[in-house]
Amino acid sequence: MDITRLIIVAVGGQGNLLASRVLAEAALLSDVPVRMSEIHGMAQRGGVVESAIVFGDAESTIISDGEADLLVGFEPSETLRALNKANSKTTVITNLSPLPPFTVAIGKGVYPDLNELQDLIRAKASKLIAFDAVALAKDAGNVLAVNMVLVGALIQTGILPLTVENVKETIRTKTKKAFTDMNLKAFDLGFSAAERA
Amino acid sequence: MHKLLTEQPGEKMILLGNEAIARGAVEAGVAFATTYPGTPSSEISLNLFQMSQESDLYFEYGTNEKVALEVAAGAANSGLRTMCMMKHVGLNVAADPLMTLAYVGVTGGMVILTADDPFMFSSQNEQDNRYYGKLSGLPVLEPSSVEEAKNMIVYAFDLSEKLQKPVIFRTTTRINHSTAVVTLGETKPRVTKGDFTKDPFHYVTVPAVSRGLHVTLLEKMAEAEKIAETCEYNFINGEGNWGIICNGVSYNYAVDAIKELDISDKAKILRIGFSFPMPKALITDFLKGCEKVLVIEEGEPFMEEAVKAFAQDAGLTISIKGKDDELFSRLYEFNPAMVRERIAKYFGAAYTPAVVPDLSDVPEIPQRPPNLCAGCSHRATFYAVKKAAEGMDTICPTDIGCYTLGFMPPLSMGDFVICMGSSVSTSCGFSKATDKKVISFIGDSTFFHSGITGLVNAVFNNHNFTLVILDNSITAMTGHQPNPGVNMDYFNLSGYGQVSIEELVKSLGVKHVTTVKPYRVKKSIAAIKEALDYQGVSVVISQEMCTLYAKSLKKLKARPFYVSDKCKNHRDCINEIACPAFYLEDEKVKIDPVSCVGCMVCAQICPENAILPLKSE
Ligand code: SF4
Repeated sequence: MDITRLIIVAVGGQGNLLASRVLAEAALLSDVPVRMSEIHGMAQRGGVVESAIVFGDAESTIISDGEADLLVGFEPSETLRALNKANSKTTVITNLSPLPPFTVAIGKGVYPDLNELQDLIRAKASKLIAFDAVALAKDAGNVLAVNMVLVGALIQTGILPLTVENVKETIRTKTKKAFTDMNLKAFDLGFSAAERA
Repeated sequence: MHKLLTEQPGEKMILLGNEAIARGAVEAGVAFATTYPGTPSSEISLNLFQMSQESDLYFEYGTNEKVALEVAAGAANSGLRTMCMMKHVGLNVAADPLMTLAYVGVTGGMVILTADDPFMFSSQNEQDNRYYGKLSGLPVLEPSSVEEAKNMIVYAFDLSEKLQKPVIFRTTTRINHSTAVVTLGETKPRVTKGDFTKDPFHYVTVPAVSRGLHVTLLEKMAEAEKIAETCEYNFINGEGNWGIICNGVSYNYAVDAIKELDISDKAKILRIGFSFPMPKALITDFLKGCEKVLVIEEGEPFMEEAVKAFAQDAGLTISIKGKDDELFSRLYEFNPAMVRERIAKYFGAAYTPAVVPDLSDVPEIPQRPPNLCAGCSHRATFYAVKKAAEGMDTICPTDIGCYTLGFMPPLSMGDFVICMGSSVSTSCGFSKATDKKVISFIGDSTFFHSGITGLVNAVFNNHNFTLVILDNSITAMTGHQPNPGVNMDYFNLSGYGQVSIEELVKSLGVKHVTTVKPYRVKKSIAAIKEALDYQGVSVVISQEMCTLYAKSLKKLKARPFYVSDKCKNHRDCINEIACPAFYLEDEKVKIDPVSCVGCMVCAQICPENAILPLKSE
């Protein structure tokens, strides 16, 4: 089976570990081989969290520079920072709602301009899907659903060997019951946002 | 029921490496488990801790790794299947019992798990603990994947019982923190009560006894080597005369590389999963069928050295390479593209590198270093110490925990750290060797782990420094594990003792001991000043529960603050305490009400009293 490589980057607390868990469970449900690895050492202390998910017949659980087929960033400057994982054929999805790192507040660095950021990504990747995922999460009922909005968008690209139905089924069975409806709504909003992009 | 206690052999589950390892231990019938938490091993013990609350599995958090291993040694020598897990540097702490436990051995199967951390994602060094196998004479097993880790744990227990020796199980971060599909196996019943048969001429390691025990250890090593020769975890796949010898995650990268380079008719792999003692005959045989050989292993040239020695013994002169300026480094972790490129280069296979985008025109992106949480009491303590020490020329040895992050500006509290507990003992040296004021920092768990002995030393040798114990009632950094100072009611568990740090410190003979509440800024500064002025050893205990933990216990009702229009934009708040709840909007300081917990520290230092509770608005 062909190999598809996905990188998800986020800031601690944005729920990307749950997003990758949902994708892995959906792969299990779909009989798609899946392996992933996460760096979550100091995640709770506001650092960057990166998940690498490899679908298909590969043994490796990490993804080298330039080898991601799909790059999803939960925070715009983190998407840009992770661009070394992409190549000219990569599809990049980014949330456009910034969470400026604290270093900006204490004057150690300037947050990149969002338009410039998108131009840069477009110039280097094959496609950019960019939208305000936080706004959509709020529409779905809670900012915390931002992870499911982005899962919806990345499923829309059709790059992963997963069906909408299997991912939704996983959201139903593997995320907290109280949040299922909100998560499904968030998924749909992200999916249509990616269609429009 | 805990998902890892499921009795459904054949069921497939998505598991984190550490969950798979914990499940493997359950399948092996582990009855007794001990640990001191440390990333990347912590989730193994977390899962065993949870399962122990639902079953007759015994689990305990030890005060440190040496204690944990000794506790486990007692249980294993009473015949129980025992597991003791720690991060790689933890095995340094436990090295003393390890070396002689290797002589004495065990009667119940015992697995000592060491989680190494190539690249140091969350560690102070990247030492390669396979050498502990060589040093102690104990067998070493290393899995390559999450699924294999689970099965190999079961094998490790059987091997240990067969040899009557502990087995070292070595993982790396990319095993512990990878996730994959795992098929559950049968669980062996747990034997939770054992017995110890007295045999002082075996168990009491006076020189005359140990001289005999060392002989048996060498015999066991020879027996282990024989087992390694035919062990299912040392296997060859593929055909051809390009030989690759690899272990751990390097095996995955090598397998993927051979596929992608399309050289499966030319290259074969010897995967070593039982890596000490190295299977000499198996390796020599493999070498004989090769034109040249590449050894792929993260860390030190552990296998490479052995392989070269075997080749020399067999009179083989083929090229064998591994660590080399042109090939593999001892530094950091490997990755698939790196391994693919080096294999192609060494064997002369056609290779097209991945095209990494040219990012030279990307502007510098502001860094996002980890930071103490909003409202973390450590920040308040560091601020108070900084104020109290104003005008003093200081050296501040610090220790290992969330509070290590205090070394970052603007707090800049932390000048030296090497290992757990070193803050206290290095202070003894710094204060004698210099004329500076020495102020050191240690967390509650680290103090119990290995700070106490340093403090006893300081009292006895009459040193002169101030130790600040940051007591937040939990082992925070590794994910909120209990320690001897914790009230176990928080975990809804009974039957535990609780050690008071204040009473302990006083009983050690420290004459100046004060306890402060760091959220009370002025009072804390005054009390710390007094401690700093004291000649001799003084201790300040700064007591406030970890905010993140308090939140998770629902003990903390956040009462967020905001910056009112009294603000004159001095920015003392941002510049001096740098709480991540602050942000700038239109050049004005704002507080994010979601992150602010209402510790009120900034409100107390604002010269305009501009920071007010949100409710009173
Ligand atoms: S986890 Fe607790 S101790 Fe660690 S930085 Fe956060 S509040 Fe502070």
